[in-house]
Amino acid sequence: MQKIHFPDGTTVSFAPETTIEKIQDASVALWNTLKPADAELSGFLTGDFFALSYMAAAILFILGLKGLASPATARRGNLFAMLGMVLAIGVTFLHPSVTSYGFIIGGMAVGAVIGIPIALRINMTSMPQLVAILHSFVGLAAVLVAAGMYLADPASHDGVGLFEIFMGAWIGAITFTGSVIAFGKLQGIFRSAPVVFKGQHMVNLAIFVAMIYFGVQFVMHHDFTSFMIMCALALVLGITLIIPIGGADMPVIVSMLNSYSGWAAAATGFTLNNMVLIVAGAIIGSSGAILSYIMCRAMNRSFISVVLGGFGAEETGASDKQDAAQKGIKEAAIEDAAYMMENGSSVIIVPGYGMAVAQAQHALKEAAEILEEKGVDVKFAIHPVAGRMPGHMNVLLAEADVSYDKVEEMDDINSSFSQTDVVLVVGANDVVNPDAKDDSSSPLYGMPILEAYKANMVYVVKRSMNTGYSGVENSLFFRDNTYLVFGDAKDIAEGLVSTLKGAGH
Amino acid sequence: MEMSLITIASIVFLLACFVGYHVIWGVTPALHTPLMAVTNAISGVVVVAAMFVAGGSEGLAQWIGFVAVALASINIFGGFVVTRRMLAMFKKKERK
Repeated sequence: MQKIHFPDGTTVSFAPETTIEKIQDASVALWNTLKPADAELSGFLTGDFFALSYMAAAILFILGLKGLASPATARRGNLFAMLGMVLAIGVTFLHPSVTSYGFIIGGMAVGAVIGIPIALRINMTSMPQLVAILHSFVGLAAVLVAAGMYLADPASHDGVGLFEIFMGAWIGAITFTGSVIAFGKLQGIFRSAPVVFKGQHMVNLAIFVAMIYFGVQFVMHHDFTSFMIMCALALVLGITLIIPIGGADMPVIVSMLNSYSGWAAAATGFTLNNMVLIVAGAIIGSSGAILSYIMCRAMNRSFISVVLGGFGAEETGASDKQDAAQKGIKEAAIEDAAYMMENGSSVIIVPGYGMAVAQAQHALKEAAEILEEKGVDVKFAIHPVAGRMPGHMNVLLAEADVSYDKVEEMDDINSSFSQTDVVLVVGANDVVNPDAKDDSSSPLYGMPILEAYKANMVYVVKRSMNTGYSGVENSLFFRDNTYLVFGDAKDIAEGLVSTLKGAGH
Repeated sequence: MEMSLITIASIVFLLACFVGYHVIWGVTPALHTPLMAVTNAISGVVVVAAMFVAGGSEGLAQWIGFVAVALASINIFGGFVVTRRMLAMFKKKERK
């Protein structure tokens, strides 16, 4: 009997052996009745048939991703991608090299039993963790496929074949352990702060060189022990590459691992000369690379500096409210903010990771709705790196049922701040720091920001006077038009809702 | 003259990178999280490779293939289901 424990405390138990056996038997029986007779098949099951079918699956994947250009077409896109997968798998079942079905169907059943419940229950705040752990599975699968392909028939591979196996294995192995570490940091299993030590980059380089050496040994001498050592080194490298990277650089890292998982799939495709794997892998690889680039650009940092890590290593000391007062900030109660908002004509809410942590999105949406009823125009403004993965805030607001045409990206909304009465910043810090625009000595200088400071009034909801992730003081807090509201984002958002309700009737 | 398989595969790979580049830049930033989830699911297509190992070999390799099929399937099922769930949340509401 196996038990799956979910974070919310519920437990699902099942007996994998008997369940899988039952599904296997049923599926094999079904397959035997549906499968066309061999004589019928051999006529059209040519190499060209498989190549064209896989290409069709690849095109369905591309159409699927193309659908994501707009929320209106996205669901249809997802359907296309699913069809592509069904086609790719279905065709593979017909392939003459696939002669037994029990292990395949059993494996798929296990995948469904584990994957579906998690996907149905996962909290949207935890999406970065889910995505990270799914990357790790692709990585591990690529390593296993590489090893399996070799072991299935060691003598059949020529130099090129061994090289392709080597490529699939090392990219997969780095993706696997790297994603596990990223998952651990996001989930809070490991501290998300960077782990740095002297000579770190030299150690990584040494491991990398040794890995390549054993890979070459494997290719040149057909030596499986070298293959195993090479995989072990790649697994270690995955760990040592990701530990120096801090929590708020995770949007870049999750995207980067996304990219790696694609390259791993593509390398596997080269081993098999399978076009659907190559095309899907190449597209996912580019996708992750582009997302990494977008995230880096939004932080005004180079990809290299993010990957080398160590940023945000110093935990800046928490100064408390008294300290804050000395620095010359003005504190306000949420009632003041509520009053200003309902008497204004336009409000922009800027959410950050703090909103996600406090789960304040539902209360914020309610507050926005009440304000709209009172005739106030409310918009949400999203910075590309808000949260722990690209688009994280958008999903959280969508989860809270905020209409997506109320949610605007940085470039679209920045020109509106100067005509806005009140900006409410919830759990965001560096992304609204005006120093990034006008203080060339600031470490953030050059980073594109949400120009919240241009609004008539800015209310910033914060837990304490701690600096943001970058450790940089935020001059927005000391501006004449800025007021700080201290407390938990969710409590404050709920306070806002009840104040707005009370005052209106 | 014939092209070798790896050359054909490389050409397909490079062209696919260009297709990917253009398609992905077209994705609206609001859907970047669903994009990652659906690429998770699509990368589960390594299941095809895993199927060849699990269904076309014997002994240890077959077991390795079994585990690889299971892992890739977690991605396929988990990735598509969670993407579907997320996309269902992106709604445009009628103005009152």
